[in-house]
Amino acid sequence: MKKTYKLENLDCANCAAKMETAIKKIDGVADCSISFMTQKMTIDADDEGFDDILRAAQKAITRVDRACKIK
Amino acid sequence: MTEKQKKDLLRIAFAATLFCTGFVWGDTSLRLPLFIGAYVVAGYDTVIEAVMGIVNRQFLDENFLMTIASLGAIYCGDYPEAVAVMLFYKVGEFFEHYAVNNSRKSISDLMDIKAEFATKIIITPVGTDTKEPPILIEAKVEPEDLEAGDLILIRPGEKVPVDGIIVDGISSLNTAALTGESVPREVTAGDEITSGTINLTGVLQVKVLKPFEDSTVAKVLDLVENASSRKAHVEAFITRFARYYTPVVVGLAVLLAVIPPLAGMGEFSDWLYRAMIFLVISCPCALVISVPLSLFAGIGSASREGILVKGSNYLEALANVNTFAFDKTGTLTHGTFTVTDVVPAKGIESQKLLEIAANAESLSNHPIARSIVDYSGTVSSGQTMLNRNALERYEEIAGKGISCIYKGNNVFCGNDKLMKDLYLDLPEISQVGSVVHVAMTLSSGENTYLGHIIVADTPRENSADTIRELKELGILRTIMLTGDKKEVAEAVGASLGLTGVMSELLPGDKVSAIESAMETGRQKGHLAFVGDGINDAPVLARADVGIAMGAFGSDAAIEAADVVIMADDISKLVTVTKIARKTLRICKQNVVFALIVKFVIMVLGAIGLANMWLAVFADVGVAVIAILNALRAMKI
Repeated sequence: MKKTYKLENLDCANCAAKMETAIKKIDGVADCSISFMTQKMTIDADDEGFDDILRAAQKAITRVDRACKIK
Repeated sequence: MTEKQKKDLLRIAFAATLFCTGFVWGDTSLRLPLFIGAYVVAGYDTVIEAVMGIVNRQFLDENFLMTIASLGAIYCGDYPEAVAVMLFYKVGEFFEHYAVNNSRKSISDLMDIKAEFATKIIITPVGTDTKEPPILIEAKVEPEDLEAGDLILIRPGEKVPVDGIIVDGISSLNTAALTGESVPREVTAGDEITSGTINLTGVLQVKVLKPFEDSTVAKVLDLVENASSRKAHVEAFITRFARYYTPVVVGLAVLLAVIPPLAGMGEFSDWLYRAMIFLVISCPCALVISVPLSLFAGIGSASREGILVKGSNYLEALANVNTFAFDKTGTLTHGTFTVTDVVPAKGIESQKLLEIAANAESLSNHPIARSIVDYSGTVSSGQTMLNRNALERYEEIAGKGISCIYKGNNVFCGNDKLMKDLYLDLPEISQVGSVVHVAMTLSSGENTYLGHIIVADTPRENSADTIRELKELGILRTIMLTGDKKEVAEAVGASLGLTGVMSELLPGDKVSAIESAMETGRQKGHLAFVGDGINDAPVLARADVGIAMGAFGSDAAIEAADVVIMADDISKLVTVTKIARKTLRICKQNVVFALIVKFVIMVLGAIGLANMWLAVFADVGVAVIAILNALRAMKI
């Protein structure tokens, strides 16, 4: 399943790249792309446990930037 | 400016005031407290984030680097430098956010094609008496709430909210936001209209054909918004580079701080200062931000021209294209037949020949026949040549042409085969196109040849100019793909100035033709295929860059292509190629500029010739310059 989310308070381009790398490493994630310019995350992951994957993604994002939230 | 930005600006101003006051105060006891105050005001959150970063095991993020660098400067007793590092880091960050937000906004303004509301007409019958006219109520609704079959009202000045068909009204539509074409389109009842266009003159009553999410406007917005999720190589390169760049520079900084003092080459604090310069320079921000910003701006400026680029990667590929392959029909040519020549036999007037041909063809639906009939209407100065009553016994002869009786004479219109059946000798024909011969049986029973009409799919007026301009841009090969016979195809190719022609292709052959063309030009650059996007989807998909042209109103084309030219205008190829190249040039300039400045200042810093101020410039100054440069991509 491929879904796009808005990222709130995504403040730096390098952070976006770091988050992208971290999320790609999550089990079940086939692909992830974070666009700093549009402040959007496109995530392609297994349908099964998608919610868990999303939670793990939020965790990875928080590690890089505490203020940044998936919306 | 957002609230947060205003607050940041105030903070920066306050810290800067404290800093400057401390700077000019001279050697008094107030100096240090002022600097400490400035440092805290400017950098308290940076320090907090740096600590949190360590807790989250995110070492080497910018907050961490800046905190260490400023603490290092404090250790060395360079208080002004310590404050400057923090303060200018904040200034740079502020400017970055400001520039990025602004460009984000101006680009989304470009794509301001979604209607704010729709006026729905609700029809309520009055009781059971059907004779009484129903009451019409207007209701303002969200475009998303419309369903197919709903009736809506669009007043002048309003945007068309969804795709629909006009039930009543006459108006003209401004399609510029979608196609980049400035000439308005005249529309009337029965015409389909596309969402995102602006109603200019009349009130239109429109039946909804597609709900919002299937309408053109939603598709276009979706494409533009998601374009930056397909990243270009240069973008991937720079983020990968940043991943190694920072640790390496920090590593060097550590070595610089430790080894020379141990080797007895001077004071520790001296070398520590130099190491701190490295830390300030190690921030990859300028590099990382300038590339996606440029690409985004480039995509934005293309969409203003009515050209949708579906991803940064396609913009990049387009900048490296050295071969353009064109589908002939509908791309290089108009895709419709027009009479290009009327050649009467000896002793026959050309008007007479045209009159006979037009009448004979008047009942046929074949595109060639239609073109002759249409042409006859344009040459007879308003008077029609057609005379339905004079036409009898009309008959189509499959694969050959038409026979009929016109004004009492047996008339034949058709190709070579038909003429051979009549035992007529044909003249040599040199013109390009389909030939329609005309013959008549005289009262003596003898067949006589009246002449022929040439019908051809003519090249667009600006095809040759476009090819020439592409060549001027350094495009090495321009190739035409067509199902036409070799001689015809080569004549068209020569007249347009193409470098190659691949002719007599069956529809299924085009993919392998593109593959062989890609194979021969592989080392030097990419291949772009330009088609109408309707029946050449596999070729569009196979080419390095698939460009669909004239896609306005065609979902299939928008879906199939990588780059979509909404207007039916071949010269946009030159525009988009220029945009792509300029954008990529800016990306490269930024990367090279940032790296060179950083490298030079690092070397100067290591040998003790650069101070912290220069390092701050290498970080913040370079970021600002790179951002300003990136914004150039918004203009063509």
